[in-house]
Amino acid sequence: MSEASKTTSKIEIRSLRKSFGSNEVLKNINLDVAKGGVVALIGPSGSGKSTLLRCINLLVVPDGGSVRVGDTRFAFGEGAKLPDVKTLAKFRATTGMVFQHFNLFPHMTTLQNVMEGPVTVRRMAKAEAEKLARAQLAKVGLAEKADQYPATLSGGQKQRVAIARALAMEPDVMLFDEATSALDPELVGEVLNVMQRLASEGMTMVIVTHEIAFAREVADRLIFMRDGVVVEEGPARQVIDNPQEATTRAFLSHFHRTGALPPANTAS
Amino acid sequence: MYQWDFGILWSYRWLFLNGLGVTVGFTVVIVVCGLLFGLLGAFGSLSRIRALRLTALAFIEAFRCTPILVQLIWFYYALPILAGVEMTPITASALALSLYGGSFYSEIIRGGIVSIDSGQSEAGAALGMTPIQAMRRIVLPQAIKRMIPALMNQSIIQFKNTSLVSVLAVPDLVYQSQVAAHDSYRPLETYTAVAVAYAAILIPLTIIVRRGEKRLAVSE
Repeated sequence: MSEASKTTSKIEIRSLRKSFGSNEVLKNINLDVAKGGVVALIGPSGSGKSTLLRCINLLVVPDGGSVRVGDTRFAFGEGAKLPDVKTLAKFRATTGMVFQHFNLFPHMTTLQNVMEGPVTVRRMAKAEAEKLARAQLAKVGLAEKADQYPATLSGGQKQRVAIARALAMEPDVMLFDEATSALDPELVGEVLNVMQRLASEGMTMVIVTHEIAFAREVADRLIFMRDGVVVEEGPARQVIDNPQEATTRAFLSHFHRTGALPPANTAS
Repeated sequence: MYQWDFGILWSYRWLFLNGLGVTVGFTVVIVVCGLLFGLLGAFGSLSRIRALRLTALAFIEAFRCTPILVQLIWFYYALPILAGVEMTPITASALALSLYGGSFYSEIIRGGIVSIDSGQSEAGAALGMTPIQAMRRIVLPQAIKRMIPALMNQSIIQFKNTSLVSVLAVPDLVYQSQVAAHDSYRPLETYTAVAVAYAAILIPLTIIVRRGEKRLAVSE
């Protein structure tokens, strides 16, 4: 880690553009996330927030602008060469991602799911990877589910395994793509609980979410997007409690903005 | 009323066994080679490189959309003239049947791969896997499970298709039974016995395939 990266932000996105066909999804987006910062991305569906998140680990390759995570920077657009698959893979190994639909590997046990990254990508010895994986599973409160297959788990448990799987790569940054949107309401709490703990441990996180109350509690910055642009940005509480823009106010009026987090029943 | 006399076939038993051995051996070769061609065809047709994709699609369609009997004759009579390579009937028919089967295997394998949710390879990529690693570790293990019944079915068809190699005088079960029929003047008994022999091998195999399909349905 260089001296410079301590003072500058962990994630820096400049003039990011992305179109799918004629549909311009991201229009000149700038974003900074401080080291250890937690940024929540909110906005109506189709606003481009998920695409923006996927541009951070380059699952979606931008058309223009630049993306920097830690010390690795990629520029896109005319004249810029697209990174090759090896470079991309190496870069993605430093960022963890959690998906809306979990995307656990159904042919592997929970333990094997969590070991997969360390073994295949980091070339870690099996025994060492297993130790690491068991520790990560314990951290999300699922140590006793190690030998079960994902199909036997509840949605909330699946998502906690997915978080453990991402953490096993010991990433610098965690990206959450609507991690609780596919869950039954009573299972949301246990996932948010794990995310909150992660944030308090100093993990740099970018969270696409519809859980406004959670964003208010856990995020230090909040970004409201609409139609591919950042409409409003600021400290999470300030934006949620006192939105300046009319569209932000209109969007937030659909949500309960305060209140306790849903109860979590993870005994870990 | 025709007087059946299957007893007469006993004296040809070594001929039949010999033919059966060639048929089974041939099947093994064309199933293995066909699967290899099938893998190449499937990965080719899924490639990001356009030229590779088009080549694979041309191969698949050329062999899927022409009759296997025509292919066999073409490989034995036409290819040597065009390419200047002499081929024994066995080589020519093994090649033709492998490519023919390969074109069907390709479609089965390609279908199995694309049936796996794209979120799976995305999750692999997000962990830092290269596309090849994600294919090998995540997509293929799941896809193969789904392909197995269809691959078994195609292999059964491959087994039956070996009967066509008799037109190139490859001494398989059908060819040998032709010899026996001409020699004994008992074609009815001979070809009935041959049909029974094919069925006796394939019926147990189809039962295994059906069981496999059921097991798969349960585990999904």
